[in-house]
Amino acid sequence: MIPFKFSIAKNPSEALGLIHPHAAFLAGGTNILDLMKEHVAQPTEIIDLGRLPLNTIKPTATGISLGALAKNTETANHQLIRKDYPMLSKAILAGASAQIRNMASNGGNLLQRTRCSYFYEINMPCNKRVPGSGCAAMKGFNRMHAIFGWSDQCVAVYPSDMAIALSALNANVTVMQQNGGERSIPFIDFHLLPKDHPEKDNSLKHGELITSIELPKNNFAGHSAYIKVRDRHSYAFALVSVAAGFELQGSTIKTAHIAMGGVAHKPWRALKAEAFLKDKAATLANFTKAANLEMSAAKPLAHNKFKIEMGKQTLIHAFEVALKG
Amino acid sequence: MKQNTSPLSPEEKKLFGDLMPEELNEVLRSGLQRRHFLKLMGLASAGLLVSHMVGAEQLFARSVEFDEIPDLIPAAIENGINVSFKVNSNNKKVLIDSRMTLLDTLRERIGLTGSKKGCDHGQCGACTVIVDGNRVLSCLTLAASCEGKSIITIEGLAKDNELNPMQQAFLKHDGFQCGFCTPGQICSAVALMKEAREGQASFVTSNIREQAGAVMLSDEEIAERMSGNICRCGAYPNIVAAIKEAQTGKNIEQNWLFAG
Repeated sequence: MIPFKFSIAKNPSEALGLIHPHAAFLAGGTNILDLMKEHVAQPTEIIDLGRLPLNTIKPTATGISLGALAKNTETANHQLIRKDYPMLSKAILAGASAQIRNMASNGGNLLQRTRCSYFYEINMPCNKRVPGSGCAAMKGFNRMHAIFGWSDQCVAVYPSDMAIALSALNANVTVMQQNGGERSIPFIDFHLLPKDHPEKDNSLKHGELITSIELPKNNFAGHSAYIKVRDRHSYAFALVSVAAGFELQGSTIKTAHIAMGGVAHKPWRALKAEAFLKDKAATLANFTKAANLEMSAAKPLAHNKFKIEMGKQTLIHAFEVALKG
Repeated sequence: MKQNTSPLSPEEKKLFGDLMPEELNEVLRSGLQRRHFLKLMGLASAGLLVSHMVGAEQLFARSVEFDEIPDLIPAAIENGINVSFKVNSNNKKVLIDSRMTLLDTLRERIGLTGSKKGCDHGQCGACTVIVDGNRVLSCLTLAASCEGKSIITIEGLAKDNELNPMQQAFLKHDGFQCGFCTPGQICSAVALMKEAREGQASFVTSNIREQAGAVMLSDEEIAERMSGNICRCGAYPNIVAAIKEAQTGKNIEQNWLFAG
């Protein structure tokens, strides 16, 4: 870690007053501290957000509001989240360990950086870490990497489980700006594909602070699932994960909400499968067709072809679990 | 720097004499502090043996730490921060470099070396401590962010001369081999008891939508909820048995036997 000044902000406007291009906000710290130890992140000032009053989880007229600094554990176990957004509880609990979930904040979870090992190893080229230096993963060991939406600049995947559910739930991210203004970012636009600027993970601008995540009401709490496939049974990042929720009318799917993790630089909203399943009977045949359709657009790298079949099977399994409820 | 200067108690002398008779006289002559004594006991891999001797558990229940925290020399500190927090119910005030993690502060400034530095990257759980009632990773916590908080480490779990029931269960079930992950495992398991009482869910909870109240942990639930604590010796079956015994208060069958 390089030396840094440690500052404490008491409220959001104070935090935004302190921020500068070489400073970083500290919430749970579970990712930024690790990145600082590895010299991947080298802020000269840390602004501790621990005292900001942004840790409430409360019902709103349109759904529920998750404070940016509410802990992952608290969010996953909140009575209303368990009852009305079980897919989110499951997704949070699928990630990391109890210790890390006790530390990690909701806002910080969205800002996790990729665990691509070439991003972490500062002696290797990485366009995300040092723009223009090249991508070592492209021709390196890329078993964990993307099969959708990658560019010749970056093949990294986004690591969060929580965000996969938030994508399927059509969440909105509320951010506060330095002038005191606010804007709301639809979840599908929050994280970015790498294109020519893999150094940008998301659409936050400098001088913006996440204050809350807004979840709209939904009609699929009883028919939802979060399935995660990984190298070990627990405490590992996803090879493939699927969040799925069905709004059903009898045995017909009115609307499907599907997002995938472990396959792209952002939560991958399975729009092709969603479109296919709309107004279709909830049958294994249709589930299989939807899964095949979604995965037909996959472009695997040298070591991750297995993710195509794994993706198909995980989608189908998630659909079956969601249907059963 | 002044350390805890309490001499060995008669029980400790006896224990040491039984285990390492040749060294006892020299040790008594040169003076041995409890801190060194406990370390020697660990180095001698005597943990298992010790645990079955009368009074040994009580010996280990006593905490060791510096009476006074030595100041760092000014040249060793950049961006110094004064931080005050409670460690095992004692108020501590330390001057630290802003880069110091809670783990390094506990080990190197407060003298509590029970919390272990395994990976230092949040992947192994050896550094687990309990902050304001919740288990967290001290290696990924900046000490500067702990102002006013209350921290419990492995050294603070025993009350007076009584081990915490979780410590007793780990001894009984031999929930360790080399012991390096053990302080983290035990702190983690102690906090898990609170989580289970509160009815917190895990990824393997069958119906997450139901608020079921307190959870009685199955083997599968314990494995999932303890997955943040890695044991490279593979003592997992015994750790699971120890946690089950501590939670149920019932005698759980031991998975191991002494040879011969």
